[in-house]
Amino acid sequence: MSLVVSNLSVSHGAISALRGIDFSVEVGQLAAVIGANGAGKTTLLRTLSGLKDAISGNATWKDREILGKRPDELVRRGISHVSEGKSVIPELSVKENLILGGIWRGKKSDTAEAINEVVELFPRLGERMSQSANTLSGGERQMLAIGRALVSRPKLLLLDEPSLGLAPIVIEQIFQTIDQLRHRLGLTVLLVEQNAMSALEIADIGVIINLGEVVATGPANELINDPALRAAYLGY
Amino acid sequence: MAKVVGGNTGSKVRKKLALFFLIGWILLIIGDRVDELRVYQGAQIAMYTIALASIVLLTGYSGQVSLGNGAMMAVGGYAAALTLNNLQTPIWSAFMMAILVAALFGAFLGLAAARLSGPYLAGTTLALAVGLPAIANQFSFLGGEPGLLFDVGFPPERFGEDFTQYKWFFWIATFIALIALFVTSNILQSRFGRTWRAIRGNSLAAELSGINASQLKVLAFSVSSGLAGLAGAVLAMTISLVAPGAYTLALSFALVTGAVLAGISSLPGVVLGGFILVAIPEIADALASSLGSEDKLNSYLPGLIVSVLLILSVIYTPNGPGENLRKHFHKKSAH
Amino acid sequence: MQKALETLLIGLSTGSIYALMSLALVLVWRSTRVINFAQAGQAMFSTYIGFEIATRSQIFWLGLLFAIVAGALLGAGVDYFFMRVLFKHANSGPALVVAPVIATLGLLGLIRSIVGLTWGGEFKSLTAPASKNGFTFGEVTIPFSPLDSLTIITVAVILIILALLFQRTNLGLALRASAYSPEIAQLAGIRTARTRTIGWAIAGGVGGVAGMLVTSYNFLTPYSLDLLLVFGFIAAVIGGLESMVGAVIGALVLGIGLTIILNYVGTSLVFIGGFSVLLLVLLIKPDGIMARGKVRRG
Ligand SMILES: Nc1ncnc2c1ncn2[C@@H]1O[C@H](COP(=O)(O)OP(=O)(O)O)[C@@H](O)[C@H]1O
Ligand SMILES: [Mg+2]
Repeated sequence: MSLVVSNLSVSHGAISALRGIDFSVEVGQLAAVIGANGAGKTTLLRTLSGLKDAISGNATWKDREILGKRPDELVRRGISHVSEGKSVIPELSVKENLILGGIWRGKKSDTAEAINEVVELFPRLGERMSQSANTLSGGERQMLAIGRALVSRPKLLLLDEPSLGLAPIVIEQIFQTIDQLRHRLGLTVLLVEQNAMSALEIADIGVIINLGEVVATGPANELINDPALRAAYLGY
Repeated sequence: MAKVVGGNTGSKVRKKLALFFLIGWILLIIGDRVDELRVYQGAQIAMYTIALASIVLLTGYSGQVSLGNGAMMAVGGYAAALTLNNLQTPIWSAFMMAILVAALFGAFLGLAAARLSGPYLAGTTLALAVGLPAIANQFSFLGGEPGLLFDVGFPPERFGEDFTQYKWFFWIATFIALIALFVTSNILQSRFGRTWRAIRGNSLAAELSGINASQLKVLAFSVSSGLAGLAGAVLAMTISLVAPGAYTLALSFALVTGAVLAGISSLPGVVLGGFILVAIPEIADALASSLGSEDKLNSYLPGLIVSVLLILSVIYTPNGPGENLRKHFHKKSAH
Repeated sequence: MQKALETLLIGLSTGSIYALMSLALVLVWRSTRVINFAQAGQAMFSTYIGFEIATRSQIFWLGLLFAIVAGALLGAGVDYFFMRVLFKHANSGPALVVAPVIATLGLLGLIRSIVGLTWGGEFKSLTAPASKNGFTFGEVTIPFSPLDSLTIITVAVILIILALLFQRTNLGLALRASAYSPEIAQLAGIRTARTRTIGWAIAGGVGGVAGMLVTSYNFLTPYSLDLLLVFGFIAAVIGGLESMVGAVIGALVLGIGLTIILNYVGTSLVFIGGFSVLLLVLLIKPDGIMARGKVRRG
C-alpha cells in the first residue's frame, strides 16, 4: 500500500465536504476519483497536497503521514498537485513556469534535464518556451501545468479535472498523454474526473464519491461494468 | 450576516433621547464637582468622542481606513473660525458650518476614494495628512503657520461669577457630543447603517442585491467627514485657535488608535476611546518625569505608548475588546 | 531650452529616489497585499544607522552599505515577527480588511518613537558623497550637481541589480511567482512564506538606500522621510501598484513633473501638485498609466 486515506473528514467552515473517506492506491497505480460537481473531489486533492486542513482522519504516503504538512514540504516528498483549472501562472513565460517546478531542488542542471524530458513529452511546449503562458491555448496550458508538476519529479501525481473546459479532441489527447507518462515514469496517479468513462478506461482502480462519501471503490473495469453504478453515478 | 436590527420605531428613539438627556444631566453634575483641569479634559474627551464616532462610522461600518480624519477636522476648524470671525454669526452657526464644509470636502475626496479599495484610500488620506500644513500655508486667508483665532466668547453672565471659561467649553463640547452621538447612533441603526455593514461584509454581494456600493461609500465618507469637521471645530474652541500644527498626522494616528482600542465598530466604545486618548499623554507625562525629564522622553513617549497600544490591539483584539469578551464567554458557556 | 534640460535632469535625479521608495512599496504590496506605511519608518531607522556609520567612518558608501543591511534585516524582521503574527490573529470580522493597514501605521509610529527616543529630534546632517553645487561650464553654473548625477548612477546600479535578480535568478522567479500566485508557487515546491520574507528584506534594503540618498540632500529627523513615503506611494499608484517597471516609470514621471512645478510655478505648490496628480490618476486611470484594461486585483 502506498497512498492510504482513512476516515478522512474535511469541511469548509460549516459545510462538511468530506465525511470519513477511505481508500488506498498501490504504487504505480492510476486511481480515478469520480463524482458529480460538488461531490468533494477537489477538496480531497487539496487536502492531500497540503492546501487544506483536515478535521479528522489520516492520510499516509509510503507509510508517512501527509496531513498537516505544507504543500512545499509534500513536493519534497514526491507529491505534486496540478490544481483545478489549468494551474499555470499566466504572467510568467512557459519556460519560467516549468523552471518553477525545479527551484526547490536547487540544482539548475537537474531542472534543465527535467525540462528537456517534459519537452520531449509535450513538443508543443518546446516551441513556445519564451512565450508568455497567457498566450497558450487551453490544452497547452493543461500540458504546461502537468509539465511543471513533472519537473518536480513527483512519485505521486494529483490531477484535478485535467479535461475541464477542453475540446473533445484535446481531452482525448490529454488522457492518452496521462496514460503514457505514468507508465513511462512509473507514477502513482490520483486522477479526479467528471469524465467518468474516459478516466476509468485508463485507470487501474476507481473511487466513486458522492456528497462527500465514498460510495464504491474497486478495479476500474468492474466499476465500468456495474450496471447499478453506471446508472446512478456514471451517467450512461 | 449581522442579525437584523429592529426598525427605528418612534418609542425607541424617544427612549434613547431620554437616555442621552440623563447622561447629559449626570455630566453637568459631575462638571460641577471636579477641578478645572478635569473639566478641561472632559471637553477634550467630548471632542475625541465626536472624532472617534466619525472613524467608527467610516472604518467600522463601511470598511474604509482613512487617515484623513485629522485633515477633515482641520477643514471643520477653519470653516468654523472663518465663519465666526468674518460673519459674526452666533456660535452654533460656526459649528454647523464646520459640519457642512467638511462634509462637502469629504464628498469630494470620497468621490475619488470610493472607487478604490483599502490601500488607495489609506495612502491618499495619509498623503493629505502629511501635506496638510503645506496646503494650509498656501492660502493667506487661513493665517499661515500661526493660524486663526477662534473665540467662542465668555460664558453667559446668567451662569454666575464662578462659571469658568473651561466649564463653558465643557458644556458646549458635551452638548455637541451628545447631539452628535445621538444622531450618529440613529444613522447607524437606520437603513443606511445596515447597508453600510452589508457593503463592508461583501461589496459584490451588496452590489448584486441592487445596492449602489460606491454611492453609499461616498455618503459614508461625507457623513464621517462632517462629524470630523465638527470635532475639529470643538478642538479649535478648546484651544481658541485653528492652526496647521493642531491637526497633525499624529492626531490622525491617535484617532485610529482610539477607535481600534475601543472596538472599531462599536459606537458606545468611542467614549472609552476618548478617555484613553486623553489619559495617554497624562500617563506618558508621569512616566517621562519618573524616568528623568529629558526632552526626548516628553516628545516621543506618548507616541510610543500610542503605537504599542495600536499594534497590540490590532493583533489581539482586532475587532474590539467586546468581541474577545464575547468569544471568551461563549467558550465558557459551551463547556 | 537650457532650463528645460536642467529641469529634466534634476527631475530624473529626484524621481530616481522616489523610484526606490515606490519599488519598496510595490514589492511588499505584490507579495503581501499591504501598503507598508512603515516603509518610511524602516527607511528612517536604516538611515540613522547609515548616518552613524558614515559620520564615524567619514565614508558615505560604508554608511550606505550598513543602511542597506539594516533595512534588509528590519524588513525581514517586520515580516517574520510582525506580519505573520498579525495574519494569524486578525483573520476575521470587520478588522480583516483594515487590520494590516492599521498595523503598518502602528509600526511606523513605533519605529518613529524608538528612533526619537534614541537619537532625539535634532536635525542631523550627513556629509554628501559629492558636491551639491551645480556643474560649471565656463561662465555658467547649472543647478544640476555632481550629487544629482551620483544619485542617478547609484539608483541605476541598484535598479540593474534588481532587474538581474528578478529576471535572471531562481530567487527572482520564486519572488515573482509567489507574488502572482502564492498557491501555485507553493504547489511547485516554493517556500512562499520564506520567499515573502526575502521580498520584505529586499524592499527594506532598497528603502534604506532611498533614505540615505534623500538625507544627503536634506536633514535627517524622525519625520524627514514622510514626504518620501508619500511621493513613493503616489509614484506607485501612477505605475499601477502591481508593476515594478511601472513603479520606476511612475516615479520618474512624478519627479520630472514636480521639478517642472518647482522651476516654473513655485516651491510652495510642489506638494499640492503631487497630491493633485494622485487624485487625477485615481479618478481617471485608477489602475495606473501602465494598465491596459486589466481589472485591478485585491
Ligand atoms: N472554499 C469553499 N468554501 C465553502 N464551501 C466550499 C468551498 N470549496 C468547496 N466547497 C463546498 O464543498 C463541497 C465540495 O466541493 P468540491 O470539493 O469543490 O467538489 P468537486 O471538486 O467534487 O466539484 C461543495 O459542496 C462545495 O460547495
Ligand atoms: Mg472540483
